[in-house]
Amino acid sequence: MSTDRGTAGGTTETGSNANTDANTGGDTGSEAWRGVAVEDDDVDVVSSSTGVRLQRRARALVGELVTPHRRSVVLAVVLLVLDNAVMLAGPLLVARAIDVGVPAAIEGRLAPLAWAIAGYAATGLASAGLRASFLVVSGRVGQDLLLDLRRRVFAHGQRLSLDFHESFTSGRLIARLTSDVEALNDLLEKGLDGLLGALLSLVGISVLLFVLDPVLAGIVLAGFVPLLFLTRWFQRSSRASYRRTRTTVARLIVHFVETMNGIRAVQAFRREERSEAIMDGLGTAYRDANIEAFVTVAWYVGWLRTVGNTTLAVVLLVGALRVADGALALGSLTAFLLYLRRFYDPLDELAQFFNAYQSAAAALEKIASVLDTPPGVEEPLTPVALPSPVRGTLEFDRVHFAYRRAADRTVLPEFSLHVPAGQTIALVGATGAGKSTLAKLAARFYDPTSGTVALDRVDLRDVTDADLRTALVMITQEAFLFSGSVADNIAMGRPSASRAAIVAAADAVGAREFVESLPEGFDTDVRKRGGRLSAGQRQLVSLARVVLADPAVVLLDEATSSLDLPSERAVQAALETVLAGRTALIIAHRLSTVLIADRVLVMAEGRIVQDGSPTQLLAGVGEFADLHAAWRSSLV
Amino acid sequence: MSIDKLQPRRATLGALRRLSPYVAPHRVALIGSGVAALVATLAGLAVPLITREIVDGPIGGGDLSQLPWLVLGVLAFGLVEAGLILVRRILVAGPSNRIETAMRADLFAHLQRLPVAFHDRWASGQLLSRATSDLTTIRWFVAFSGIFLVVNGLTVVVGIGVLVWLSPWLGLVVAVVAVPLAALTLILERTFSRAARSAQDQAGDLATLVEESALGIRVLKSLGRGRTLTARFLADARELRGTELVKVRILAALWAVLVMLPEIALTVILGVGAYGVTQGTLTLGTLVGAITVLTYLFWPIASIGWLLAEASNAAAATTRYWEVRDIVPTVVDPPSPRSPTRPVRGELVLRGVRFAYPGSDREILSGVDLAVRPGETMALVGATGSGKTTLTALVPRLYDVTGGEVLLDGVDVRSLRLADLRTAVAVAFEDPVLISASVRENVALGVPDGARPGGRADAAVWEALRIASAEGFVAALPWGLDTRIGEQGMSLSGGQRQRLALARAVLGHPPVLVLDDPLSALDVHTEAQVEAALRRVLGGVTALVVAHRPSTVQLADRVAMLAGGRIVAVGTHSELLATHPDYRTLVSSLDDQREGVGA
Repeated sequence: MSTDRGTAGGTTETGSNANTDANTGGDTGSEAWRGVAVEDDDVDVVSSSTGVRLQRRARALVGELVTPHRRSVVLAVVLLVLDNAVMLAGPLLVARAIDVGVPAAIEGRLAPLAWAIAGYAATGLASAGLRASFLVVSGRVGQDLLLDLRRRVFAHGQRLSLDFHESFTSGRLIARLTSDVEALNDLLEKGLDGLLGALLSLVGISVLLFVLDPVLAGIVLAGFVPLLFLTRWFQRSSRASYRRTRTTVARLIVHFVETMNGIRAVQAFRREERSEAIMDGLGTAYRDANIEAFVTVAWYVGWLRTVGNTTLAVVLLVGALRVADGALALGSLTAFLLYLRRFYDPLDELAQFFNAYQSAAAALEKIASVLDTPPGVEEPLTPVALPSPVRGTLEFDRVHFAYRRAADRTVLPEFSLHVPAGQTIALVGATGAGKSTLAKLAARFYDPTSGTVALDRVDLRDVTDADLRTALVMITQEAFLFSGSVADNIAMGRPSASRAAIVAAADAVGAREFVESLPEGFDTDVRKRGGRLSAGQRQLVSLARVVLADPAVVLLDEATSSLDLPSERAVQAALETVLAGRTALIIAHRLSTVLIADRVLVMAEGRIVQDGSPTQLLAGVGEFADLHAAWRSSLV
Repeated sequence: MSIDKLQPRRATLGALRRLSPYVAPHRVALIGSGVAALVATLAGLAVPLITREIVDGPIGGGDLSQLPWLVLGVLAFGLVEAGLILVRRILVAGPSNRIETAMRADLFAHLQRLPVAFHDRWASGQLLSRATSDLTTIRWFVAFSGIFLVVNGLTVVVGIGVLVWLSPWLGLVVAVVAVPLAALTLILERTFSRAARSAQDQAGDLATLVEESALGIRVLKSLGRGRTLTARFLADARELRGTELVKVRILAALWAVLVMLPEIALTVILGVGAYGVTQGTLTLGTLVGAITVLTYLFWPIASIGWLLAEASNAAAATTRYWEVRDIVPTVVDPPSPRSPTRPVRGELVLRGVRFAYPGSDREILSGVDLAVRPGETMALVGATGSGKTTLTALVPRLYDVTGGEVLLDGVDVRSLRLADLRTAVAVAFEDPVLISASVRENVALGVPDGARPGGRADAAVWEALRIASAEGFVAALPWGLDTRIGEQGMSLSGGQRQRLALARAVLGHPPVLVLDDPLSALDVHTEAQVEAALRRVLGGVTALVVAHRPSTVQLADRVAMLAGGRIVAVGTHSELLATHPDYRTLVSSLDDQREGVGA
């Protein structure tokens, strides 16, 4: 797939050939800095077939979201219909007051006038009440929809495989869940009642106009024809602009989030100016897309008003002639004009609602496309329970693996491996040898391209995520901390854990001492991403999580790389106790870690090239003996 | 977010006034747009007046000769109105979007200059929501609600004026109704603006959670805690929903008031007017005209409700925006900077350095004295959490010392220009933060020249990659230097990412290098390669290297040991091994012990 959207945004160069052209575009107006990726589905110029598919998905999503709220929606519509009916009755009563009431009053009969006036007052009160109730009901539905949508996208994001997250930068997911959802919120806040109301008035007024005077109504209906064409034109031309605003704002959010998260690097490497230049470029693209949308709306509204006012003049002319002829009562003409005005009056703002609708539609397309992405690692339809208690036998049977996004590059050629319950395995080998990938297959972060990975003879694809995570935990080098206290973070291992259990877990990995020295001990807020804890301290917190989770299988991917040696020693001592009776797969670069293993697997280029106990392998020749020699020479 | 709630709530108008520096440059277009809107509305209002003429004249009098002219008049006013609406919208398109973009650019620039300590404290979701949704709210306000608030207000005043002119009694009726209307509206607006502020803060908190859910995905997946976080997210989302519903209810009440009162006014006018007609004090045409004028005012009056709501939203957004903008950067260029020695010799001296994180009275560093000679490589060792990383952050002024001083070539780093200091000092962080951009961009980061594809600068990037032993794997990427790597590193291993961070640091041959445990994630083969490369690099420069491993310590000329917030020992590796038992414990690994037993 050709990659970038450089041309699409009207910039001067295509990103896709940035690697072949020695072009001059280091400036940020172009997008060469983004680099080239295998896939970039964040394009905003879509072929018509894709466009139709996107719209269909978005519509299907709306349908799903609305279905549970059918009753409320019906109630809202009923309230709105009543409100409109009441509002429509108003001018009729005015007409009656003028045509019947006033002449009768002049003759001395006050009752018709009084009734008409009282009726009008009643409609006013009813209209206010109905409108307020409608707003409350529809507002509740709208907020429920948003909540449901947020829940869906968030939960789906959590279900999507790592493969997805690695290619779909976090910033874009954040954009979907913030900016795109807010576009929908804008619509619900500003627009839905306006749109519905307009549709209802359109129908109601048409009927009433015919009742009042078919000739004049014919003129008004003739005016609708250009309106429909105009609306179609607007819908088409604004859709492209709005898709562009959604894509550009996502990009802007990505840049913003990455800059704020990498602020240390930004400042230390004086990236501020360049980063600002990039932000300016993205901001300008977003701004221009928005301006384009604004201008489209401007023309739309201008023409709408022209059509409306022309209709009004024609109605006035014909109406006056008909009144003069005696074919129409003066009151009816007044009522007619009032209705016409009611229809065209909020038009300017109505177009704004329509505008919000277009923007929300584009956002929904983006959201729908995330929701449509298959999780990659699917939950089983008919789950098989793991034996209880889980013993921890791992079995790789003729497993082959390649990343889905680069299917032609095999990462792990076919292999089989049996890990008996309770065994501690060390995986060693050079960077890129496939150690982490093997561990991630065991953790079911990915599914193998072919073959099976089984835990206690149950294919991992048949195990529910919740069961698997209880049985098996993987800890990676990046020890991410969430906002909250240290205790909260350790409790990620087992949310139901008591404080005593949390402290014990910290104690087991030697983290208790440093945690207790923090200003508020275990209750200390770790602040953003644990910026105040050192990398080593974060790894200790991360290890404490595993102890607390107490799984049958533990996978440690460089989980102790940032510890000082005494801490690492302490952790290793702890591990020897903690790992006793558990199956463990440890990726480590330190010989000391390797030596606590029962069995060592040496990997090179995706293959297991040596397999044996540390002493066996030390005695022989080959990769491990070489590694060992290298280690020895690195020590003094 | 508790930080936000500490701020006193400013009055809506006062908060909006702070938009003026951004709005002022566009005032001509915006005023023009307002005038166009006003004239358009007035042109619209002329229509009922002409209608009155038609009813009283040609229809009432039966003389149709004037009719075509009057209708043409209606048409002309109608077209003027349509044209002006177009003009108004076109006029506002540029400015409103430019204001938003300018505010965002300034916020972004400001955030980049705020010290790391600020970023430690502020959840980035709160920053993001300010840079996106809050600014969108402001844009809408500038483009529509703000202008219409003025225009619709004026329309109502003019409309009432016309009514008074038509018949003083009818005008009086409207004026009497307007008073309770205004009072109720203002009370509701005040309640609304409080809710608006909470809603925006809650949206910011939600954004923070969203961000964590994406950035911490590996941990969440490993521990199977996706559901736990989803539950937290849902709880927050529900809270936001609750606040939004409060807003909805207030708005509904506002609508009810604003719909009902004009209707009551019309009822009274109908009654009073009809009575006038029966008494002969009022013409039928005047009554029809008055009713039409009043119905023209229905929308402007009713709209004031949500326009005020929008104004409250915008005011809250503006307040939130300036809360961040008003924070003064503390790590800044000195007023009269000293220029660094040229070339920079690279003598690095820490004298009595103390440091405590803001808001904490516990000192991490309490009197660090250390001198690194030009060209010397100094290893810094210490237990986990002893403050090594903190110390390295003080050299490029990511944080400022709370006591003592850091001297580069005898000059306090605080009296150098930041750009000069950070050009002289390069840092490799232990946590290599990558961005979703090309490899080239990731390595060159701030060096604009380095980011240009092709040409000489590419050679510099390749050289840096070579030094960091990253050349091989980068060359093997599908598009080489142009390959986009994500912030999560597109399945780059920890070691590969660390080597990219190292390449970043050595690009451009900075005279002072600060390396925070640069080899922690490397396997033994790569470590040997990178070490060999580092030896070459470190040959000519001053370097402070945080180390955990004996192998890393080997790279250094001397070693400093940090404990209890001070440097407790400085010497060569073998000296310290011989004289300091603590040091021996710290750097003699299990590897040695096992080796001792096993070999």
